[in-house]
Amino acid sequence: MVKSKYPAFPYLLFMVIFIVVPLGMVAYFAFTNLDGKFSIANIVEVANYSSVIIRSLWMALVATVISLLLGYPFAYFMARRTVHVRRTMLMLITLPMWMNFLLRTYAWMTILENNGLINRLLKLLGLGTLQLINTQGAVVLGMVYDYLPFMIIPLYTVLIKMDVSVIQAAQDLGGNPMEVFTRVILPLSVPGITTGVTMVFVPAVSTFIISRMLGGGSDLMIGDLIEMQFLGNTYNPNLGGAIAFVLMVIILFCMSVMNQFDSDKEEAEEEVVVI
Amino acid sequence: MKFLSRFYVGIIYFFLYIPIAVLIFFSFNESKSRTLFTGFTTKWYEKLFTNDIIISSVINTLAVALIAGIIATVLGTMAAIGISAFNRKMRELVINVSYLPIINPDIITGVSLMLLFLFLRIELGYTTLILAHIAFNVPIVIFNVLPKIGQMDKNVYNAALDLGCNRRQAFFKVMLPEIMPGVMAGLLLSITYSFDDFVVSYFTSGPTSQVLSVVIYSMTRLKVSPEINALSTIMFTVVLVVLLAVNVFEIKKEKRLLQKRTGGGSWL
Amino acid sequence: MAVKKVFAVLLALLMLALSSFTAASAEEEPYTIHVEDESYYQKFQGQGLEINVYNWGEYMANDSFNFVDVNQEFEKLTGIKVNYTLFASNEELYAKMSSGGTTYDVIIPSDYMIGRMIKDGMLQKLDFDNIPNYKYIDQEYRNKNYDPENEYSVPYFWGVVGIIYNKTMIDASEITGWDIFWDEKYADNMLMFANSRDAFAISLLDLGYSFNTTDEGELREAAAHLSEQKPLVQAYVMDEIYDKMEGGEAAFAPYYNGDAVLMMSECEDLAFYIPENTSIFVDAFCIPEEAKNKEAAEMYINFMCEPEVGAANSIFVGYSTPMTAAWELLDEDTHNNEAAYPDPELLEKLDSFATLPRETNGLVDQLWTEIIASDVGSGGWLLILLLVLLIGSSVVINAVRKSHKHKRMMD
Repeated sequence: MVKSKYPAFPYLLFMVIFIVVPLGMVAYFAFTNLDGKFSIANIVEVANYSSVIIRSLWMALVATVISLLLGYPFAYFMARRTVHVRRTMLMLITLPMWMNFLLRTYAWMTILENNGLINRLLKLLGLGTLQLINTQGAVVLGMVYDYLPFMIIPLYTVLIKMDVSVIQAAQDLGGNPMEVFTRVILPLSVPGITTGVTMVFVPAVSTFIISRMLGGGSDLMIGDLIEMQFLGNTYNPNLGGAIAFVLMVIILFCMSVMNQFDSDKEEAEEEVVVI
Repeated sequence: MKFLSRFYVGIIYFFLYIPIAVLIFFSFNESKSRTLFTGFTTKWYEKLFTNDIIISSVINTLAVALIAGIIATVLGTMAAIGISAFNRKMRELVINVSYLPIINPDIITGVSLMLLFLFLRIELGYTTLILAHIAFNVPIVIFNVLPKIGQMDKNVYNAALDLGCNRRQAFFKVMLPEIMPGVMAGLLLSITYSFDDFVVSYFTSGPTSQVLSVVIYSMTRLKVSPEINALSTIMFTVVLVVLLAVNVFEIKKEKRLLQKRTGGGSWL
Repeated sequence: MAVKKVFAVLLALLMLALSSFTAASAEEEPYTIHVEDESYYQKFQGQGLEINVYNWGEYMANDSFNFVDVNQEFEKLTGIKVNYTLFASNEELYAKMSSGGTTYDVIIPSDYMIGRMIKDGMLQKLDFDNIPNYKYIDQEYRNKNYDPENEYSVPYFWGVVGIIYNKTMIDASEITGWDIFWDEKYADNMLMFANSRDAFAISLLDLGYSFNTTDEGELREAAAHLSEQKPLVQAYVMDEIYDKMEGGEAAFAPYYNGDAVLMMSECEDLAFYIPENTSIFVDAFCIPEEAKNKEAAEMYINFMCEPEVGAANSIFVGYSTPMTAAWELLDEDTHNNEAAYPDPELLEKLDSFATLPRETNGLVDQLWTEIIASDVGSGGWLLILLLVLLIGSSVVINAVRKSHKHKRMMD
């Protein structure tokens, strides 16, 4: 076994400069004001935008739950197919992921607009038009659409690795399909669920493009707020840093909640490999 | 039940592909309207090929993805090797810190790196862009190589040393092939993430180093041109072809392996 | 096999697509540009210089519609490469420049922003020896209040803010002023400016105040007024407005007359109304303090002041040129276009945005963020409630798991 620690040293240096220090800078900006002095004022100001934070968390949560409900059956059906079919299905699921994320979100504008495809169809059928775009629903839809493959793939990975003999044993011991599912398959797929939930919730809570394109520029989310403070219409890096800091704390918090469910951290690490 | 499951799968695929289909469909639209199809034309594709900004941004993106990917892979592989030699506490610390760019929302990664570059007074351009991409790619490589190192049979390396290899030979001829699948996976994932990245690039690139995602973003804020649709169609086609090719390659590989196993019989 | 079949179909489609490229497309007569004194532009030929130009979106002629790309013409003429990037509002420009990450050589802010940048020391004085074409700029656009000695800027376009509306969705007689933006009959059918200055101006005007007020009470009132309007607004936009108005997504929206001219030429249902108390603005070329290639930047500005270049930009962008020499090159229809060149009597009465003091800017920024970000009502206590819920649930889950483990160990 290579006992040398030296190969890691360039990376350690890199890691400190490009991972630790930047996050430290965010904290620095969060806790200082424009003149560079220490101040909690900005963090307190974030409380003014608590409705934005709540809204972001709520919408991300809804999007995550919907992705889970839609994705689990899909992954389940996919896992039970033969190898050839599974491979094609997997390819077809990952294909949209490879297309540029902005373009995919943008495509929904065409479909949801007041004169977009859905409303045109409704008009044709004589039903009135619906306000679909520039609503919170549109943003949630965009989130589900963009992140659904990220939910399906970890679930699928866990489901195919499941030991079939355990399932068969449960069936042999007299469990009906529902029992087998809830008491054997579902608990065993928890690592996949936690990975999937993480991979959907974190981007969903911090997105700024989806809310801008499909949400109409109002109904801001945390990501929009942060972007506004640095490159957008209001320049205030301290406030931006404060909001980013609060966001980081929230995410770390949610991660630790997730970790309660995930007893096997090594398996979580392997999840990253397959994706 | 079987019909139901097939129907459900079909619905989900429909949901996933309908926007892409719409994009492709309207890329052939005569008028600029995104919602009303007036006639068939390929003029938007021609316009796309003469659009310098888009073409140069595609080249930029590819260059950045490749350079950052390769550097990240080398750095990450070396790091993984070193990390596996650390004691438990140090290892956990480094792993946890390396996890940060992965679980952090990309807007925080982007903003934090931008602040770093401003603090160091480095002008935003190619250099900062590549450094930023390396920053989020190296953890990906590490977490792909590390398990492979863990799975490796530790004695094989020592056996090679015993048999007369020096350390360098032992590494390249014995260890590297073992961890190669992890290294390749890390490289491919890094290139993919870099190519598709928007948020981090948005915060760390300058006017000379626009990447494709950033160009697309500024295009969507303007009068919309179906050139975007044409671009989407081309990207989709390229990705589809690549994925199909990979698939065909994998199937052929498996067939060969199957033949090998059932073919010769000497060591069965 | 299925995979191979898909492959074959795709290949066929690709062949089909490629073959259609060879079909000739109708070539229009290309628009050409001539400059008076070509020798002046040869100074930096072959030196491989680059300049970073930061401009509004849809604000310079390019070669879509087979028109002329002025940036490319400049590159061909001078050998200086142009890195052209876009911003959507003056505030965004200010933010990008303040954050310091990029040095631009040429920027094109609006009047009040130029005033602000001069005060903040962000611009450098121009060497007008390098910009001989400044002679073409009309007298009435020189030495304006934002740059009294005219040392820092060269005007690019001027314009007015007005209301663009869809004749089929709202009757012209209903639009008499800015109050239409608070009319509940058109809820969800109106768009609004996505930048603070323009939005606040409309609100202040509707309340009867000046859009250059620094009175905190008036500004807060305007902010509250904007919050009242928020439920009625379909979307806050800048250049996204083109698609929306041309596509009939909204009945009316405030925007600049130049863009309105373009939108009206694309869609016959659109018309433009100029309220009497609206603002007039000038956008001008400036060179930031840290610009790397000042002389090349000045050459660029000079190029833009060539009458033919000014005319080309004006035709493409729809805005009104401050150069009579360029104006003369435009056609009769444009001269008579009420939206592009409104009645001079109306224009005389109009005021422009003044540069506001720092505290006012800070206040407006803060109020704007609050308007855009929040729903009415919820407060900080919700956040605390959520945190408590999170902590509580995590404690409960932990406890449940521990008790399960305990139970399992006991068995």
